[in-house]
This record gives sequence, C-alpha cells and structure tokens, in this order.
Amino acid sequence: MAAPNSAADFPSAALPLLRNVQLRDNVRHATDVIQRKRSRVVGEMPDWEMLRDSAQRIREHTMEYLADYLEQFEQNCTAAGGQVHWARNAEEANRIVIKLAQNATASVIKIKSMTTEEIGLNRALEAAGIQPVETDLAELIVQQSHDRPSHIVVPALHINRHQVRDLFARTMNLTQLTDRAEDLTEAARAYLRQKFLQTPVAISGANFLVAETGGVCIVESEGNGRMCLTLPRTLIAIAGIDKVVPRFRDLEVMLQILPRSATGERMNPYNSIWTGVHPGDGPQEFHIVLLDNRRTEILRDADARETLHCIRCGACQNACPVYLQTGGHAYNSVYAGPIGAILTPQLALMREGQSLPYASSLCGACYEVCPVKINIPEVLIHLRGRIVQQQPQLQRTFGLEAIAMRFAQWLFLSEARLRLAQWIGRMAQKLFIGNSGWIEKLPGMLGGWTRTRDLRPMPPQSFRAWFEKRSESSTVRNQGKYE
Amino acid sequence: MRIALFITCYNDTLFPETGIAVVRVLERLGHTVDFPAAQTCCGQMHYNTGYQAEALPLVRRFVEVFREHDVICVPSSSCVAMIREHYAKIAVASGDLRLQADVTTLLPRVYEFTELLVHRLNVDDVGATYPHRVTYHASCHSLRSLHLGDVPLRLLGKVRGIELVPLQKLDQCCGFGGTFAIKNADVSGAMLEDKLHCIENTQAEVCTACDNSCLMHLQGAIHRQRKAVRTEHIAHILASEGGSAEPRKDTV
Repeated sequence: MAAPNSAADFPSAALPLLRNVQLRDNVRHATDVIQRKRSRVVGEMPDWEMLRDSAQRIREHTMEYLADYLEQFEQNCTAAGGQVHWARNAEEANRIVIKLAQNATASVIKIKSMTTEEIGLNRALEAAGIQPVETDLAELIVQQSHDRPSHIVVPALHINRHQVRDLFARTMNLTQLTDRAEDLTEAARAYLRQKFLQTPVAISGANFLVAETGGVCIVESEGNGRMCLTLPRTLIAIAGIDKVVPRFRDLEVMLQILPRSATGERMNPYNSIWTGVHPGDGPQEFHIVLLDNRRTEILRDADARETLHCIRCGACQNACPVYLQTGGHAYNSVYAGPIGAILTPQLALMREGQSLPYASSLCGACYEVCPVKINIPEVLIHLRGRIVQQQPQLQRTFGLEAIAMRFAQWLFLSEARLRLAQWIGRMAQKLFIGNSGWIEKLPGMLGGWTRTRDLRPMPPQSFRAWFEKRSESSTVRNQGKYE
Repeated sequence: MRIALFITCYNDTLFPETGIAVVRVLERLGHTVDFPAAQTCCGQMHYNTGYQAEALPLVRRFVEVFREHDVICVPSSSCVAMIREHYAKIAVASGDLRLQADVTTLLPRVYEFTELLVHRLNVDDVGATYPHRVTYHASCHSLRSLHLGDVPLRLLGKVRGIELVPLQKLDQCCGFGGTFAIKNADVSGAMLEDKLHCIENTQAEVCTACDNSCLMHLQGAIHRQRKAVRTEHIAHILASEGGSAEPRKDTV
C-alpha cells in the first residue's frame, strides 16, 4: 500500500493526541534531548554552513542527472555481483521482494527502513506467509505493540521505557523485567540473537547508493544492522531512487551532516558500506530494489523537487513546534513532521494528505536545521497553492474559504472599499463583543480563533483616518500632538 | 529623510496606535513620514494560504503605490518577509518582465521598522523612556527571514528605565502562523500555551515584539485567561517618553 491512509485530516487526528498527556511528555522529552545533543555537535563545527551548502549542491546536482547516476549505479553494482531490480511502485517492489524470499525462508530479519514502511512491506510479507522480524530496538517495540512509527529516526519516540518494560514483559514473557535501559536492551538482545543466527534472508533500506562504485551505505547505532548485513545468506536492500550520490567522496559530506543532524552524534557507531558480493564473506546473494513510487513525479515539479534532497535525518521533526505538540501520528503518514508534510501528499500525487501542508505555522525552524537546506516553508506554500488549484471547480467558486479570499482581495484592491469594510467591521463587531468588552465568540471558520483566544475589538479609528485628519491640520502636527 | 510608511492592513485596522508610535519615533528623530493613501495589503495572507493567483494583483498594487518612495518602513516583519522572500518569485511566475524589474528596484527600499532605525538611520538610542519590566518575543519572521538578530534588543537596551528580561525558548514559534491559527486552532492553542508559560516565567509586565500578529495571538489568550502581563509593539516602547503609566491608546 503506497498511499498513506486518509483516515483523518491533521486537525482531527491531532485532537486526541493533544489530550494525551503521557504521549506529549514523551515527545517533549525525547525531542528536547536530541535537539540539545544536535546543537552541541553542530555548534562545534566551524564549517557547518559550508557543509550544508556542499550537501545541498551535491543533492541538487544528483537530482539534475538522476537517470545517469542510477544507470551508473546499476552498472557498477551488477559488475560487483549484485542484482539490481527496478520497481515503479510499492506493489512491484513488494512483489519482487516476496518472490526473492518466498522459496528461501519462512521469516526475514529487517533493518530499520522508512522505505519499507512507505511500501507497506511488512503487511505484504505477512500476507505472503513470510514473518518479518524488526531488529532495530525501536522498530521491534513498534512492531510488537502493533503501533506505527512516529518519527523517521526514532520510531518509538512517543513511548517511554516504562511502557517498553510493560510491553516486553508481556510479549517476551519476562515478568521480572525492570525498566532500566540496560535490562530492556539485554532482553531485546537475547530475543534477537537467535533470529540473527537462524534467519537466512535479511531486508534492509539504504542511506546512500554510491553511483561511482555501486556500493550501498547504511549507518546505524545498535549493530543490528551489521548483523543483518553480514550473517544471512541473502540480503535484499530497498532504496528510493533519490538515495544515490555520485561519488564515493560525497560520503565525506553526507556522513558528517547525517549523524550530527539525526541523533546528535559526531559519527554513527556502525557505518557499513558494501559492494556486491564477496565469495566466502557475508551474504552470497545481494539484491537491490530501486523504488520510484512517484519520485519521478516529484522531480517534475521544479518548485517542489528539493523534497527529494531529504536524507531522512529527522532534524526537522525535532525542531518543529507543531510536531512537538502532537508527535508523529497526527500526520497519519509514514513520514511525519515538516518533511512528511511536503513528502506525503506528493507521494500520493496530491490526492491524499491535503491537510498536511497546512499543518505548519511556517515558522522556518525546519529549514534552519535541515542539513541539505530544503526550504520546507517555501515548498509548503507551493503545495498549498497546488491544493487550492486542484480543488473541484464548485469548491473553488463557492467554497467558503475561496469566497472569503476573493472578497478580501476585492476589498484590498481599492482603498475606498477597504475603508468601507473597516467601517462595517466596526459596526458588525458589536454583535460579538462580550461582557469583558472583547470579542469572545466568532462564528464559522473564525470560531477557531475564539476557541482559546479573545480578540480586542477594532478601535473606533483606523490609522489611515488618523493620519488623514492629522495632515489636514498642520498646526496640530507642528505642536506634535498626535493623539 | 522622507520615509514612506506601509502600515499593513491589520495594523491599520486593528492596531492604529502602532502606526502612531512609528510616526512619533521617526519624527522625533527629524524625519518626515509620508503615508501613501492608496496602500492596502501586501498579499501575505493570500499567498501563504495557497491563493497565489489572488496575491498577484496585490503585489502589483504594492509596487505601484510605493514606486516613487525611496525608503519604505514596515512595522511588521512578516509583511517584510512576504515582500523580500516572495515578491521576486511571484513576479517571475507572472511572466511580466516589467514587474520583475520593478520588484528588483523595490526590495532594497523596504525596511522593517527596527531594521530601518539601526541599519539605515544608524540609530540605536531613540530617546525613549519606559520604566517597566519587559520581555522581548522574537517573531519567527524577524528571526529566521529578516535575521534581525539583536537589532530590536539593541534599541530596547538604550531605553531609559527599562528592565529587560530574557525569554526562554526565544526561537520557538508562538503558534500564530496566519490562517494556521484558525485551520489548526487546537495545535496553535497548545503552542500558545507553551509560549505564555515562558512569558509568565519572566514575571515581566510587558511582552513586546516587532509583530502585532504574534502579540494579538498572545494578547488573545492573556485576556481570555485574565493574566497580568500585557503586550505592546516595540514601536510603542520606543515612542514612550516616560510620564504616566502609558495606558493603551484605544481611543486614537
């Protein structure tokens, strides 16, 4: 299933989450910790802005020549003994993976991968009778609690360790388990070790594909990835076509900006780069599925193309004041936060997730931290424009908001009309002024304002009226009595 | 110097006292303020909400109205951000070469109010007296679009009698965001609560900013919850010359 589900729009999905005190505490604490770590390790880099510029240029250049670099990657990966598969969409990608795994195994071990979330691989595998086992601790937590990831890098960010203790105690039958972090990781370690040793097929995502060498790069913190990449006989990687970098040396930039932005680490504990297969060392069969899934559609929109520059560090999520309030589930999408707000609707060809580009105050915190300098606020505004444009004719003509916007424009195109509107507003507001002397309840769309806020009434005189009156009487001006 | 004031549509209608304070400061410094009467709105609300086609005529109008003015002062950083960050793009999209040229010559003439004082007029002491405990809220546009940095604080720092208290989480949005405050009222309200909490921790009498949009948002919750702190646009503080308690000029 490629498209994110359209169950609820952002404002309605956010509502129950805003009332969930535990979840909001968890999100607040986790994003705060990561943000502080990030600020520290970014602040110590004298060339951080130059790195961002380089990263941006590498990504821009790659997108411009994407087809060339993908073909180069295919050539080099194949020459090294890898097998490259092309998937136009989620269905094709899932079919390829299932076909490869089906005859070899009844279960697969998995490295954390947002791309496999995007294509709904786990559901597809289960439907085909193959049991996927998530080996990243947070993904394991999410999988065992039948939950959804709420963050690109920290999928169980919305859950705290007391909740993890309760979960593992139940699913792993460990009644004596404490909520010490060491005990929890030890429990997961013991559980996973057997899976690593017994399972012949592993599935991974990819952080980068190196066109020049045909190599695939994965960075991780727990070592579960290294296990999956080395122990099984067969390794299947799934990567969006946007993951390619031209040269091996481009990793010099990427591997500096990614860990610092993602987890606030100078370097990831595990950095794996492998190229094809090597007899007697590691998996003897390596497949890579290159996934389009509407990425070429995004590439076609010059004003939104930079969405594909994303390297999935999640820094924008940690910095976002909207995400901070709701966590990731309000976005009803695999990709949450600011990047999700621009990526999700585009992956759905703007047919779903239309409330997401509006789930932002355009404060710009995401752009400020983005290591590849995606101007997310600009893209959000552009996508809002596309959403307005694609509204059905009826809605664009008679929709309340559209009428209000056109009416406001009509007023603003004439000073006389603006003055008249100000006068009418001063008269009409009397209907809404409460006992406190302020406006306490507004009708219709504007009622959103007065749900938590009052509004000071319009004063009896506009600025333009004041200025005009003052200009008429020069004596007053000369005496400096402006009030 | 002759300075043209773009008051902005919402200040004109809802916060005329801010415009009056701007005029007072600039005239006190010996400048002449013009108010092109045909001005209305920069088009920010339309543009940011996705009504980009509807914003274009407003952009054209703005360019026309301020064509002859060398220095344009705007007491609202979000409107300046609209002009600076989007006008050129809008002009290009319109395919109108004349508009593109007009916008190119317009941009260097547009200044946010505190930016005008410090960067163009080279003043940081405007001769104000304001004996109150004040905290400064940095609006997102002043911070991340205009990069005003410490410009507003330099001006406030020279005000006589003022006691400035730093605000925690200064770089965090107050949750206004234009139509966001209505479309996502609940999330916006939750963001506002966080900001109010930080403001209350300062125990300031007054919270100030370069944008009445944020202040209107804060003020709305302060009034609803009957809190003691009040909001004042920075122009109001810079215009003050001490004296009485300077109540809000509701009746201009």
